[in-house]
Amino acid sequence: MNHITKTLGLAGLIGLAATGAQAQEKLKIGLLLTLSGPSAVLGQQARDGFQLAMKDLGGKLGGREAEVIVVDDELKPDVAVTKVKGLLERDKVDFVVGPIFSNVAVAVHKPIVDSNTFYISTNAGPSNLAGKSCNPYFFATSYQNDQNHEVLGKVAQDRGYKKVYLLAPNYQAGKDALAGFKRHYKGEVVEESYVPLNNLDFQSELAKIASMKPDAIFTFMPGGMGVNLVKQYRAAGLADRIPFLSAFTVDESTLPAQQDAAIGMFGGSNWAPNLDTPENKKFVAAYEAAYNAVPGSYSMHAYDAALLIDSALKATGGKMDDKNAVRAALAKANFKSLRGDFKFGQNGFPVQDFYLVKAAKRADGKFQTEIAEKVFDDYADAYGKECAATN
Amino acid sequence: MTTTLLLVQALNGLQFGLILFLIAAGLTLVFGVMDFINLAHGVQYMVGAYLVAAFASWTGSFGTALLLALPAALAFGLLLEVLVFRHLYDRDHLDQVLATFGIILFLNQGVKFVWGAAPLNVPVPEVLSGSVEIADGLLYPVYRLAIIAAGLGVAALLYGLVSHTRIGMLVRAGATNAPMVSALGVNIRRLFMVVFGFGAMLAGFAGAMVAPILSVEPGMGDNILILAFVVIVIGGIGSVRGAFLAAILVGLVDTVGRSFAPNLLRLVLDPAAASQSGRALAPMMIYILMAAILFFRPSGLFPVKR
Repeated sequence: MNHITKTLGLAGLIGLAATGAQAQEKLKIGLLLTLSGPSAVLGQQARDGFQLAMKDLGGKLGGREAEVIVVDDELKPDVAVTKVKGLLERDKVDFVVGPIFSNVAVAVHKPIVDSNTFYISTNAGPSNLAGKSCNPYFFATSYQNDQNHEVLGKVAQDRGYKKVYLLAPNYQAGKDALAGFKRHYKGEVVEESYVPLNNLDFQSELAKIASMKPDAIFTFMPGGMGVNLVKQYRAAGLADRIPFLSAFTVDESTLPAQQDAAIGMFGGSNWAPNLDTPENKKFVAAYEAAYNAVPGSYSMHAYDAALLIDSALKATGGKMDDKNAVRAALAKANFKSLRGDFKFGQNGFPVQDFYLVKAAKRADGKFQTEIAEKVFDDYADAYGKECAATN
Repeated sequence: MTTTLLLVQALNGLQFGLILFLIAAGLTLVFGVMDFINLAHGVQYMVGAYLVAAFASWTGSFGTALLLALPAALAFGLLLEVLVFRHLYDRDHLDQVLATFGIILFLNQGVKFVWGAAPLNVPVPEVLSGSVEIADGLLYPVYRLAIIAAGLGVAALLYGLVSHTRIGMLVRAGATNAPMVSALGVNIRRLFMVVFGFGAMLAGFAGAMVAPILSVEPGMGDNILILAFVVIVIGGIGSVRGAFLAAILVGLVDTVGRSFAPNLLRLVLDPAAASQSGRALAPMMIYILMAAILFFRPSGLFPVKR
């Protein structure tokens, strides 16, 4: 009996101490990103973008001291869930920011939102989180996954391409990419070709493309696959004859390896390093000075995520107690995004502009994507209407 | 679909097949002569690619890098033989599989530790960096033609070695009946070591040759190992001639099948269904080929007589 009272008393004391400390306690942000394996560069870009924002904000979010805890999801959904539980239960983070990959995003979604913690995606935007499984605790500073592909579909349609050759790796995201492309493209698809995931030799695909002579090709080949495809496409002499439309294939994460081979190839994006706003110029210059690399959209989304949290906490006076107030403040998106126009749709995904971007070599010898034309203005994703109105 | 496309794809298939042959030749000798299952053969291919990448960035020349990488791959193979494999020859296949699988894990992590997880880039040598127009509007990189030439050259060399030299005769005899060769006074252990080192060097050579056209990354040997096993099973275990023919066959069926299966099916199905099932069928083709060949010739195309 005595023992139980003691324990209870102790627990009470600890509880008291905890509430007492609440006011001065640091705000905790868990960054969940892929930081190992072949795709590590994407996670590094996001981590660096977020930390650059923290530096620019003086280490404070909404006037409150903030601590950033970085964890590596290893691109394994099960590992990610374990690590997220650590962030939620041991570190008691106020926000989880990340991840890069959609399979990870879907796996950690439930544990995070079930614990009433805010979850801000800096890249992954799977359709179910935008539609049926949307949640009031979930926001994305990136895009819904289909949208970058839709940009190229719209471009192909507007330019009057009659025959397009589609090429993607044989897994879910590859199939989604081609479906996204076809949402706005109504011309003939001469071939919908799927190669095994992590295929690195595209010689036989290139022979087929050369013999079919399509008006353009569209492809989704992230990471090392994209590096090889672009180099081989150039070597086969196709780059100057058949326009290369792509998404997540030619960007700041792959350009350092593709270099000259990628020049003139097209991608779809909501931003590019040369986007002409004063905030963006400052961001790109500061990022390059700090990390000696050209930032990609991964860094931009993470930078914006920090600004978003900062803006919301300014509105609540640094308090996290009233979750509804925090949510309302987040939903207002009252910050100056690096990409210019930015607001949230009702499903927590951005309503923003999309551009056709083109790979180019800068005067200083580095490579980046540059805006070729604006394709969509204030564009919302296709799944928002499936999201329940209660949000 | 034109005849030129068929020819181009046949060329691609030939190139893929020759790379497979370089890997399978060593594997089939080790398996056939020593009755030793070496799953780590794929990582020796990876090590060859990493060695050439390291030497190329050090010396700045692919040719020099290749010349340095070959003895290094040989030395590495011999080191593995002395340290690990030598102790496994008398064990059963399960022990060999477990130990060599461990080596795969160890070396994949090892290269990650030394060179990092990001893929490495090996530039194509300057003299071979051009391309020739082989079909209407399609340029074919000269380097790939060089791979074909090198593969055929090694095949000819191996044929000469295995069929017309004393050591080749011993290797063939060892594949047929190792205890008898040993009883006739040949140091079978030394023979094993020579065969093993040579096989490792061939796999390393294959890795080095593909380094400029594929990216050099951890785990790059794992998938190709499975295909190499398919090749040696089709060709007949222990037979270099069988490995050569089977490798070319697998390379052609895989490459040509992938690009023509939907078209062939279109003759009997409607286009949508043909493209769907063609896509599903293409990756299976080599396994169907293997099943068919094993049905008619259970010991492969060129079984070693025992």
